[in-house]
Amino acid sequence: MEFDFAEEQPKFLMLMYGLIAFVAVVGGLLLLLDVVPAWFARRREAQLVAASVSGTPLPRRRKQGEGLFALFFLLPTLLLLMVGLVVPAIRTTLLSFMDAGSNNWVGLRNYDWMFSDSSIVRVLINTLVWVVLVPLVATAFGLIYAVLVDKARFEAVAKSLIFLPMAISFVGASIIWKFVYAYRGDGDQIGLLNQIVVSLGGEPKQWLLESPLNTLLLIVIMIWIQAGFAMVVLSAAIKAIPGDIVEAARLDGVSPWQMFWRITMPSIRPALIVVAVTLTIATLKVFDIVRTSTNGNYDTSVIASEMYNQAFRYGQNGQGSALAVFLFVLVIPVVIYQIRNLRQQREG
Amino acid sequence: MAVFTRPRQAFAIAGVLGLALSATACGTGDDKKSDNAGSAECAAYDKYEGHDGKKVSIYASIRDAEADLLERSWSQFTDCTGIEIDYEGNAEFEAQLPVRVDGGNAPDLAFVPQPGLVKRFADAGKLKSLGADTKTMAEQNLPADWLKYGTVNGTLYGVPLGANVKSFVWYSPKLFKEKGWAVPTSWDDMIKLSDTIAASGVKPWCAGIESGDATGWPATDWIEDVLLRTQTPEVYDQWTTHAIPFNDPRIVDAVNRAGTILKNEKYMNGGFGGVKSIGTTAFGEAGLPVTTGKCAMHRQASFYANQFPEGTKVAEDGDAFAFYFPAIDPAKGKPVLGAGEFVVAYADRPEVQAVQTYLASSEYVNSRAKLGNWVTANNKLDIANVASPIDKLSVQILQDKSGVFRFDGSDLMPAAVGAGTFWKGMVEWINGKDTAPVLQGIESSWK
Repeated sequence: MEFDFAEEQPKFLMLMYGLIAFVAVVGGLLLLLDVVPAWFARRREAQLVAASVSGTPLPRRRKQGEGLFALFFLLPTLLLLMVGLVVPAIRTTLLSFMDAGSNNWVGLRNYDWMFSDSSIVRVLINTLVWVVLVPLVATAFGLIYAVLVDKARFEAVAKSLIFLPMAISFVGASIIWKFVYAYRGDGDQIGLLNQIVVSLGGEPKQWLLESPLNTLLLIVIMIWIQAGFAMVVLSAAIKAIPGDIVEAARLDGVSPWQMFWRITMPSIRPALIVVAVTLTIATLKVFDIVRTSTNGNYDTSVIASEMYNQAFRYGQNGQGSALAVFLFVLVIPVVIYQIRNLRQQREG
Repeated sequence: MAVFTRPRQAFAIAGVLGLALSATACGTGDDKKSDNAGSAECAAYDKYEGHDGKKVSIYASIRDAEADLLERSWSQFTDCTGIEIDYEGNAEFEAQLPVRVDGGNAPDLAFVPQPGLVKRFADAGKLKSLGADTKTMAEQNLPADWLKYGTVNGTLYGVPLGANVKSFVWYSPKLFKEKGWAVPTSWDDMIKLSDTIAASGVKPWCAGIESGDATGWPATDWIEDVLLRTQTPEVYDQWTTHAIPFNDPRIVDAVNRAGTILKNEKYMNGGFGGVKSIGTTAFGEAGLPVTTGKCAMHRQASFYANQFPEGTKVAEDGDAFAFYFPAIDPAKGKPVLGAGEFVVAYADRPEVQAVQTYLASSEYVNSRAKLGNWVTANNKLDIANVASPIDKLSVQILQDKSGVFRFDGSDLMPAAVGAGTFWKGMVEWINGKDTAPVLQGIESSWK
């Protein structure tokens, strides 16, 4: 391929600007991180020297200066949080009470639509199915796997096999599974699933067209990706169970079954909760898999993909925002539960 | 300074220096003077002179090879006038354009393929009405009904650019000749031919409506084409403007008639499987079995010529060609369904208007047509500049003043219906849902 450097000059110029800006920003931050604490340290040193020379007791370390210092580092984060999260959240909430073009107030009409339109109710039900099944199955699968391979031979290999899908993006995974579910009417099946069905003497099926089977098949993709995450966290938690507890239990003569329910499960409870909560939130937000596989057709849509379609493709800002707010409301209890749990652990 | 003694502080200095450098570098913009200006071939662009070094950004959905053709098509203009055109194509144009416009980052010009979207922007007060020169140029060069599609509340906002003719059925002239099938000239002939072909063991039709985000649109084209043939153009207009309900008996009738082909297991779906496979077959692949003899006919627009693999002879005696999707009642004439894109402006700087005017001019349309695979309703297009036979036919149809032409209905409707529930409804319809509940669902979504 021909490549004319002169012609691409503007792009290179842009690239150079980008690099320079990066160096400037990162360099500037490094400078700040170096200069400011150094300045404080030197001042402290000077105070120490002055104190030892004059023999007066050291002035008490003031909290005030440090508070200001902390604020200085907190400020960019707070600012970005405001601009990127708080303000949009408020705006979205307001938009959800307005019409499609965001011009007039319509009260609760968008919410009314959400719970009365049969296709949207279907979307809500689908999301519920996702949220119930994915954390449950992925966590259970991860847990069983972690227990089974624990201290087994080739444990590392077995674990990495399950963990590998984590490295694939949701879109990539969906494309892979689309091939698994692929259908060819006559001739050779190119889809793994249909090939298996055909070799067993069955008729090939269009898997992604049949509701509610298709939603379950999409959920399989998510579980395939997330089981590795559950397995890794739970495996680490199992390994962290103190050896003496396990030993004591052994001396008491527990069966493997009792060992699992009486020792392992209570010990890894916090890790289990973290995994389940993380998966629940990830599942509520699922978008890529549905969009890539079926684009929400054939009754497979979920809240996040419907929200995108309504707001950006159909120009129904109000309805899209209402869905976004509803999604936000759904996430809140999960987050509260997680925070309460963390607090209890810290106290306990 | 004593502080700068350790290596990492060198980074910091470099950073600060970099910032200073980048600040000064910004000052040296490149204003290359067009050296061709004044030459003979630039004479045509005299009226666009005076904006040397100015930039105009264009945003559209056209990408890759076709985008290269676009950029080549206006290269002489940019060389002569010195106006720099900054083109960007995006696959999710329809979703991204509103985001950019609402975010205060609107392009200067956009090529919008949906009059419905043009109306949405015009109603929101985001669009600039055409400048006087552009308006004159557009009114001179383009048919009145095309201008109507770019008009919102009496103001002309969009200049028609490219076009396509949708009322085509692709077939293989070789296969037809071999089997002794004749190209049908009426709907009844077409059904008879379909039955003959089905009896011979070949699936007569193939179709595919999978198109990523836009899955379903090829089926809407079917409905629109059939509706134009079963009803008058006036009924069609009432339907696209919601003057009659979406589930009016006449629409139900048209959808059911389309279903006699699309939902007929005996006819569908050559090379792909049963009727349901239409839903998962990519529209770009759907017509390819025409060239391999696995299906005989495929209704798709003129631009489908680009989908055939390299080496396919697209001609009246070749591997693939298209015939006019026949009329049902010949007495009603030969209605044509088509579509195209409209150039709308979000800025009214003089150089933006100059580019917009240029895009409606005979210089532009001929320059673009010479590069191939392109058709427009612009009557300044010299048919000698159109190479492909199917494009030639399309131009003849578009320039035929006696013909009845209607714009793609789903593009005229509000996006929530035209690009939303209508597409979705068609997907469900193909997947087995009955006509009445599907149309009822679309009707209830149109507010």
